[in-house]
Amino acid sequence: MSRLARCFENLKANNKTALIPYIAAGDPDLSVTVPLMHHMVKQGANIIELGVPFSDPSADGPTIQLSMERALAQHISVLKVLAMVKEFRQTNTDTPVVLMGYLNPIEKMGYATFATAANEAGVDGVLTVDLPPEESDDFVKEMKANKLDCIFLIAPTTIESRISKIAEYGSGFLYYVSLKGVTGSSILDVEAVAQKLEQIRSITALPLAVGFGIKDEASATAVGKVADAVVVGSAIVKKIEANTDDSGKIMQEIGDLLLSMRKGMDNMTQEKV
Amino acid sequence: MSSTNNTTDFSAINWAEFPNEAGHFGIHGGCFAAETLMEAIDLLRDAYFKLKDDPAFQAEFDDDLRHYVGRPSPLYHAKRWSKELGGAQIYLKREDLNHTGAHKINNTIGQALLAKHMGKTRIIAETGAGQHGVASATIAARLGLECVVYMGEVDVARQAPNVYRMKLLGAEVRPVSSGSKTLKDALNEAMRDWVTNVDDTFYIIGTVAGPHPYPLLVRDFQCVVGREAREQIQEQTGRLPDALVACVGGGSNAIGLFHPFLADESVEIYGVEAAGNGLETGQHAAPLCKGQPGVLHGNRTYLMDDEDGQIIETHSVSAGLDYPGVGPEHSWLKDIGRANYVAITDDEALNAFHALTRIEGIIPALESSHALAYGMKLAASMSPDQQIIINLSGRGDKDINTVAALEGITL
Ligand SMILES: Cc1ncc(COP(=O)(O)O)c(C=O)c1O
Repeated sequence: MSRLARCFENLKANNKTALIPYIAAGDPDLSVTVPLMHHMVKQGANIIELGVPFSDPSADGPTIQLSMERALAQHISVLKVLAMVKEFRQTNTDTPVVLMGYLNPIEKMGYATFATAANEAGVDGVLTVDLPPEESDDFVKEMKANKLDCIFLIAPTTIESRISKIAEYGSGFLYYVSLKGVTGSSILDVEAVAQKLEQIRSITALPLAVGFGIKDEASATAVGKVADAVVVGSAIVKKIEANTDDSGKIMQEIGDLLLSMRKGMDNMTQEKV
Repeated sequence: MSSTNNTTDFSAINWAEFPNEAGHFGIHGGCFAAETLMEAIDLLRDAYFKLKDDPAFQAEFDDDLRHYVGRPSPLYHAKRWSKELGGAQIYLKREDLNHTGAHKINNTIGQALLAKHMGKTRIIAETGAGQHGVASATIAARLGLECVVYMGEVDVARQAPNVYRMKLLGAEVRPVSSGSKTLKDALNEAMRDWVTNVDDTFYIIGTVAGPHPYPLLVRDFQCVVGREAREQIQEQTGRLPDALVACVGGGSNAIGLFHPFLADESVEIYGVEAAGNGLETGQHAAPLCKGQPGVLHGNRTYLMDDEDGQIIETHSVSAGLDYPGVGPEHSWLKDIGRANYVAITDDEALNAFHALTRIEGIIPALESSHALAYGMKLAASMSPDQQIIINLSGRGDKDINTVAALEGITL
């Protein structure tokens, strides 16, 4: 069983919702990433979404754009991201790591070369924002051959026939983008999210993660009620942005945020029981 | 004159069959977009395929081109310049005489009509030189639509007259400060806006790039250039040209001229990229000459990126050519050997800018000056009984500040 499948199974058995923080690898510098990953796990993260920086992140808002620019200024590369995952795996063999980024850096490396190296490093899944299922036959084949899950996005505007197609190509979990817009947008309508998740669940049994617009304990708790996993991106990255030259504070503030979300989500699931 | 060593029978290809249904031109093109945009793209594709062969829509488009843009644009025999160069006869396709001063308006009118038919009330656009921004602001003013134009900060500074024109026309110009602050970053920002406002917003892309169906529909709207030129040259000389020359930024003026001639095997085709400070310096904007296939802005195409797949900064004296990618159809025409792609440096383009101005009394855009510079070389290598068409894609009024500054003159 894949690490992602095992993770979701365990959480389900304990009636818990997964907490998935996102950071861009190499932000604010290369040495912070791995210790931060470990710290986030300690503070309640179940899966780590590690951003692979790209020069032209056209689906991301200003917070994540700047994060990627900071990381690129540190000369981050796909190979360095994989080396970080490998380092993380030396002491953590349970927590799934999903890489999230854009296609061109992977295409440059070559799908097969990338997939082999990612699997070796201990990566569990890959989400390429600008690769829809229609263009992904070769990609998915190479990833699957190397035991990597392919995570795809579903949007509020995704129609039913596309949801089926995405579910067919996807594995590990599906990522529902909870609002229109880029990462870092703010208005979140939990009722609408719940309705859409219900529609998606009628089509697929894959776990459903929800991201975009989750920024604090209240929003994490509210979404955690209806989703299998809650993804927190810009709210975490903002903590890095505010403390680029103080890694102690970065750990502290991100740790506190995750802990509060974890508590809120756990209390809520206790109530659910 | 170089000739492609290819045995493909280009006259036997049904060029209208490309791209295929998925938007592919060989390995290039396609639709590499985030899921958040897929519905909007699907709706656009459905709307376009419904309207594209609708006689009423075509008539509306043709009528605007004729009465608002001022088409057909002349095909002008530059006799004095041709004589001076001593080679082939040079014919200029005068897109500079269009309303708003460039070929960009052909596409903008087409897409704005689509927007109107789709019931959109707000249009957005990206711009480099500002010509596409001006064309979009113009059509928005005329149709009473809200208009937001994204423009890199670097371009806002070097194309000040066009920024002011857009504002006069009632558009909001939003400077983009991310990345290299040029055209590619403006495109990223426009895509972000579109994702956020898909319900009421139509994104008018200014060139044959972006996810399918954009490269197709922009080409279709720009093909009026080549269709007219093909008729005009035969009317004036009784035969087809020996060669075509056009500058390539994203590639819309070039594909507009080239496409109606693709099956005419005797016609050599040259797309001219920006060599900036020289191809060997790395400071250029010539993905077809120096790049490799990759994925950017919704399609697979030749790109300028580094060994990690990060897009690298481009350089060109002309804002409209300062783009690290290129329309996927050009990438395919390169792969199959139907078109040749060459490059012209900043200095060569500036020389041609002055030459045309002084010899023919036409001030060309810096983008078009790249085509003129290559056309000069090509014509000089040919004989006076041969003939070439150069696409004079735009006029140079917007560039006089840039040229003056380069020559140390303050206006
Ligand atoms: C006059 C002119 N020519 C050419 C271009 C380059 O665009 P394309 O390659 O799409 O024709 C521009 C772009 O701004 C332009 O303004």
